[in-house]
Amino acid sequence: MNSIILQLAAKYLKILFLLFALIALIRGHNYPGGGFIGGLLAALYIVYDSLAFTSQQIEKKLRIHPEQYIGAGLLCALLSFIPGIYSGSSLMKGVWLSLDIPVIGVTKLGTPLLFDIGVFLTVMGVTLLFLFTLSTKR
Amino acid sequence: MIETGLPILLPFVLIIALLFSRSAVYSKWIGILGGSLNMVVAIYLFSQLRQHDVLVMQMGGWAAPYGITLAVDYLSALMLLVTALIVLVIAIYASRFIGDKPGYSKFHIFFFSLIMGVNGAFITGDVFNFYVWLEVILLSSFVLITMGAKIEQLEGGIKYMTLNLIASLLFLAGIGLLYGKTGTLNMAHLARILNFDQQSILMNTSAMMFFVALGIKAAVFPLFFWLPASYHTPNITVTSLFAGLLTKVGVYALIRFFTLFFVQDVDFWHNLLLIMAGLTMVIGGMAATIYFETRRILSYHIISQIGYMIMGLGIYTPLAIAGAIFFMIHNIIAKINAFLVMGIVSKIKGTFYLKNIGGLYKERPFIAILFIIPAFALAGIPPLSGFFGKFILIKAGIEDKHYIVTAVAVLTSLLTLYSMIKIWNEAFLKKQPEATHLPPKVKLGISEVLPSVLLALASILLGLLAAPFFELTLSAANQLMDSDVYIEAVLKRIE
Repeated sequence: MNSIILQLAAKYLKILFLLFALIALIRGHNYPGGGFIGGLLAALYIVYDSLAFTSQQIEKKLRIHPEQYIGAGLLCALLSFIPGIYSGSSLMKGVWLSLDIPVIGVTKLGTPLLFDIGVFLTVMGVTLLFLFTLSTKR
Repeated sequence: MIETGLPILLPFVLIIALLFSRSAVYSKWIGILGGSLNMVVAIYLFSQLRQHDVLVMQMGGWAAPYGITLAVDYLSALMLLVTALIVLVIAIYASRFIGDKPGYSKFHIFFFSLIMGVNGAFITGDVFNFYVWLEVILLSSFVLITMGAKIEQLEGGIKYMTLNLIASLLFLAGIGLLYGKTGTLNMAHLARILNFDQQSILMNTSAMMFFVALGIKAAVFPLFFWLPASYHTPNITVTSLFAGLLTKVGVYALIRFFTLFFVQDVDFWHNLLLIMAGLTMVIGGMAATIYFETRRILSYHIISQIGYMIMGLGIYTPLAIAGAIFFMIHNIIAKINAFLVMGIVSKIKGTFYLKNIGGLYKERPFIAILFIIPAFALAGIPPLSGFFGKFILIKAGIEDKHYIVTAVAVLTSLLTLYSMIKIWNEAFLKKQPEATHLPPKVKLGISEVLPSVLLALASILLGLLAAPFFELTLSAANQLMDSDVYIEAVLKRIE
């Protein structure tokens, strides 16, 4: 599709997807949402662009290849196992850190969040890989 | 014990490393390095079993019935060890047979995710977690089987996927019923609840679901049809890997489940197992005789030999179970070796059809020796490993007065021998048929021959050191038959 309105709109509107994806990721611990939904929404951030342009153009413009998103996601998940080893006798044990951040208040950051970020990145990478593979003519 | 998680974590780390490395050269070396590390992990875990009866780790620090348990006992450790040997060997073999062929660039990623699934299935102590690992295995094996995207591969892959999905469905239904009845899926906890339960008739529904599902996975008669439909299609490296490991996960689970918690109705179940075992042996062995494609012959032999393992479980004495474990480990090694040698043969002759192959004994005597070792091991000729595996099983069968299935086992050996002699006569002894199109003469490198040599040595060693190795399998079997140790180790509260 070659519509200048859509192309211009995509430039600004796609940021909303990313923002919403981050909100879904963080609130997922207590409310509906989480890494999986967040990852899908974050993939929309790029999919929306590929509607306005072509997915080949977008694939070229991407600095990080989708496979590396998957790799980074799995790496985050792996990193989230490690604090558990030091704190206790078990892998994947949840470890929480209480931070007092001004304005936001007391925030609890823990390994489950890191794991969820891993899910987020992996789902995003997989979705993009699907998109680029399916839209390539062979 | 945090180390208990290593057989899962290591392949996971390797997958991440492979995702970031973009070059086939790196993935080859990561594969071999990963295989060696995996071997170190398996040996380390095995050596730890001297101090502990069972290595246990509770994931996430949640105590046993609530969290997911990983537990390594002798059976798991032996399976991890033989898997590690296979991983190393296949990684070396793949460097030449997969190499940088187009379409195979992701081979190592899915290879290690398959290994992660297999290792996970061997060490998990939770039925649902076992199901998850089965799915990991299924997904990665589906990708591996269709890698290369030829028409017949897709056809084989879809048959494989469909029948295995049915197995997954039944398995999941069985899990549901089991959970509804007992409220737990931890294997040790299940055993503790069910062993004090007199209403075994209620358990039989879910036991039957598990039995059929795992029967499909293990390719026992009459549920084996996915195996010969798909195993001859992919790259020979993939076929060898599958031949060794996939069905054995099913057999492992049958042994684990039917010695740990489905033991209320031994008469019914173990008789059923014996009948299935006998039929599987004979029909697999007979089907193999009609084919002239080496991969198909060997595929039917996988089925036939699954029968022996199930027979050991069906007899259900410590000796028989030790025999089943011994036979399983021997079979993984010898079977993969037979496939690897056939891969080399097809590289020399450009085909897997016996009609178009010949004269190899004169041309390449070394390859002939490499073939004769796994072939004789499979047929059960002393002093190779297969003889002792069969000997223990047959002895157990006679001691426990299961004469029919024992006779079937002995006669099936002749069928196996017949097929092996057929391959030997056709491929090695007879003259090269004329009017066949031969590929240009290939020079074999070390990475093609070394895997086969390693496995042949393993087969011989297993035969020569049969006595100490039998002691190991016997202690594994004793641990399985006396499940209290396992249950105590898993269910004790963590400090």
